[in-house]
Amino acid sequence: MVSKKEKKSRSKGVVKERKDHVLSSLEQLGGQVYDQLAKKEFPTVKMPSRSIANIIYDDKTRQYILGKRNVKRSARNVRHIRPFTQLLWTAMFTDELTGQNKTSTLRDVFYSAQAYEMDFQDQQESDSLITDLETVTGFSREDFNVFPEERSAIFGDLTIEYTVPGYEGRTLNLASHPDGVMIGPALTTSEFVRPDKKKVDKVIAIEKGGLFTRFIEERVHQRFNAVLIHTAGQAPRATRFLLRRLNQELDLPVYIFTDGDPWGMHIAMVIISGSANAAHLRELNTPDAIWGGVWATDIVDYKLPSDPLTDLDLKRLNELEKDPRYAGGLWQREIDTFRKVRKKSEQEAFSRYGLTYIVDEYLPKKLKLKSNES
Amino acid sequence: MTVAEVFQEISAADFFYRNRDIAGFTSPSRSIYSTIRELVENSLDACETGGIPPDIYVRLSHESGPLDGPGVYDLRIEDNGIGVPGDVIPSAFGQVLYGSKYKLRQTRGTFGLGGKMALLYGQITTHGEAQISSSTNPKQKITEIGLRTDIQHNKPVVLKKKTRPNSSHWKGTIIEFKTEADYSRAMPRILEYFKQTAIIVPYANLTFVDPRGRLYHFTRGTTVVPPAPTETSPHPYGVDVETVQRMLKLTTAKTLQEFLRKSFQRIGDTTARNFLEYAGFHIEEGPSKRKRKLSKKEAERRDPKNLSAADIVRLVNAMKSYEHFLSPDPTSLSPLGADLLATGIKKELEITDEDVQNGSAFIATLQRKPATYSGFPFIIEVGIASGKQIETQGKILLFRFANKIPLLFDEASDVSWKVVDQIDWRSYKVIPGETPLAIFIHVCSTKIPYKTVGKEFIADRPEVEHEILNAIREASRNLRIYLSRREHLAQEKRRVDVFEKYLPKMAQFSTKLSRAKKEPDIKPLLKGLIKYGVEEGEEEPQ
Repeated sequence: MVSKKEKKSRSKGVVKERKDHVLSSLEQLGGQVYDQLAKKEFPTVKMPSRSIANIIYDDKTRQYILGKRNVKRSARNVRHIRPFTQLLWTAMFTDELTGQNKTSTLRDVFYSAQAYEMDFQDQQESDSLITDLETVTGFSREDFNVFPEERSAIFGDLTIEYTVPGYEGRTLNLASHPDGVMIGPALTTSEFVRPDKKKVDKVIAIEKGGLFTRFIEERVHQRFNAVLIHTAGQAPRATRFLLRRLNQELDLPVYIFTDGDPWGMHIAMVIISGSANAAHLRELNTPDAIWGGVWATDIVDYKLPSDPLTDLDLKRLNELEKDPRYAGGLWQREIDTFRKVRKKSEQEAFSRYGLTYIVDEYLPKKLKLKSNES
Repeated sequence: MTVAEVFQEISAADFFYRNRDIAGFTSPSRSIYSTIRELVENSLDACETGGIPPDIYVRLSHESGPLDGPGVYDLRIEDNGIGVPGDVIPSAFGQVLYGSKYKLRQTRGTFGLGGKMALLYGQITTHGEAQISSSTNPKQKITEIGLRTDIQHNKPVVLKKKTRPNSSHWKGTIIEFKTEADYSRAMPRILEYFKQTAIIVPYANLTFVDPRGRLYHFTRGTTVVPPAPTETSPHPYGVDVETVQRMLKLTTAKTLQEFLRKSFQRIGDTTARNFLEYAGFHIEEGPSKRKRKLSKKEAERRDPKNLSAADIVRLVNAMKSYEHFLSPDPTSLSPLGADLLATGIKKELEITDEDVQNGSAFIATLQRKPATYSGFPFIIEVGIASGKQIETQGKILLFRFANKIPLLFDEASDVSWKVVDQIDWRSYKVIPGETPLAIFIHVCSTKIPYKTVGKEFIADRPEVEHEILNAIREASRNLRIYLSRREHLAQEKRRVDVFEKYLPKMAQFSTKLSRAKKEPDIKPLLKGLIKYGVEEGEEEPQ
């Protein structure tokens, strides 16, 4: 991880260091297989099992992690050798991508494989091989320069320095475009220029695009010294990783605002505690991020316009209630309240009190929260 | 128009000329197929009657007209059969329904009608004549006759007749005549006919020279000719009122009981007496008292010729319902036998004994015991073959034969197809359309239950259907074992293929990833796999 000393000057170097780790992990995988083949052995590779039984909640890191169970892929097994070879191909492909600083999408991976007669049956198979590679190396696909199509956006008085080819060393202030800047490969691989604490002291993540735009128009970033991030629904991994970096590298507290329903609540939770799907990966979550709202109790307290909860919503609440990530007092209280009032409200519901009410009244109150404990 | 004109009597030849459709002479393409087929079958019959392994030579040459449509062709067919005596040739080839017989035995054609139709069709379409040469004895001269048929009067017209020395000691028959044909269209069927005939007559040499000068030769796989069938009298279950009437006209028997005994098979004195009692006819005294001289009146009363029409009907109906006749005599049948059928199948599918032994091909043939339907004996023979020599064409291949004739048309209407179609092949590990499987069904009978006069498909008589089903089931018994083994081998091969595909790639990718200079040697690993893998020599890499 990053040392305290580095943190104090600039965050520069963090990205490059990580890239070196990624490349050496791939080389290590290749070397392991190469050595076994050279010894006339059928190569094997071990990785943590991603089966449901092996996904456990870790109280310390407050996220889902994989347990101690491992699976072994052996080239001697006729059912294993194909995915094993595909794994190696994927490693080779991403090794080239990362080494040449090129990016790719999951769809690209699927098609590139065909040039090597590494025919994947479908996109799903090639996607799952990427997940295998993540599991073996412990790095996420974005580290291998493989990005999904989904994109979200960032806005605020924060300057970044590109590391992508052709832009190395160039900087960009993230407030320079009023629509926000897309969180893509170039931004994800950028170093942060440490901001002035007086100008930037928090991050606000917003589920809905409309509200993100409203916040920019209402100059929330200046009034509250905030970097604004639009998650566009469930936050993409690159965005979750970026949130974590902002929180860890720049010590910025993160506030999350979602719709007031079980689904919005879970968007916040995945940012905070990670998802079961990504249990094989670390450093994608921001354990100290704070869910600011819209809470079920807000619906009551602010008398927000609301819709009744559907059966699906209620079913989701039952599931979340038993989920270890929701063990905290606030979460159980909100689940209870949702059940009691049987209502849900969107973020836009505050417009009932005027377009600026949410910024003038609601937000200042919520930004006083220090955590979701209490 | 007078009544006389309307009801004018027509000769048998005229009748068949006017109704040539029913004998398979509908169009120039169908006609040449039928012509070749009828004459080849006559030749085969002529050889088998004498127990001679047939050598049949057929030459079709183009005379005039377009090559891709109906034109005039010259057809020559030579055989090494028993030959036709010179004085019989005119009637045998120029008179329809000559030599009709009421005895029963298994022959390819019925009454030898088809061959005459073929000559008649040639005469009608080209106004030509037929040249017949024949020798019945290698030591005697060859008779050569030029012949036409007087259609109106159904009489042969001999145009020339001569004999020539038989220096090569030849025996057999040669027929040559011109006929209308559309070879370009008929070709696939004709070639298929020869190919399938070579299967069902594996002891024949067949040679066909087609109008384009191509030579098709099918070599015999054995010289064993199955014994010729014996002629038998009809079985009481297999006659109708008309037949019994004719038989009564010809009989010399003095009593009904004697008539039954002499004119029918499987009836002795006891059976005749028991049957007549059952049928309610008067029963004569036993043989010991027969010497007593009968009065004229008594003899007249007893004479079966004097049976009334109503009595004949009663007699025939009783024959149908009486349950104690012995089964029809199967010695009138001439099946091929399991061994010969296997010879024919292996020969034409190019399956060797080695293929069968090492498990790369499967063949099973069998002959069922004789059975009967409506008083006619029949025998079912079945062959089942599988192997890469068989092209699946997306379905199970069915080869149908009746009395050693291949049936090429209307497969879907045939009882054999119905049976094959209703079998759950998956229980034999057969995937229809994928597993290469050929089924050969041979129905032998003194009367094949054809569904139509076209004689191309067999009706679904329950007795015949039942026998075919049991025959296929029995022959398929070991098919499952064979196919399971094939499946296992194929799996083994697929398994090794997977390793052969991916191990080199693993070597390539890991070399690149680990930045090594040289790829690791994976040959020892691959070799180790094959040791307990594929067993077939051809598929084993070095």
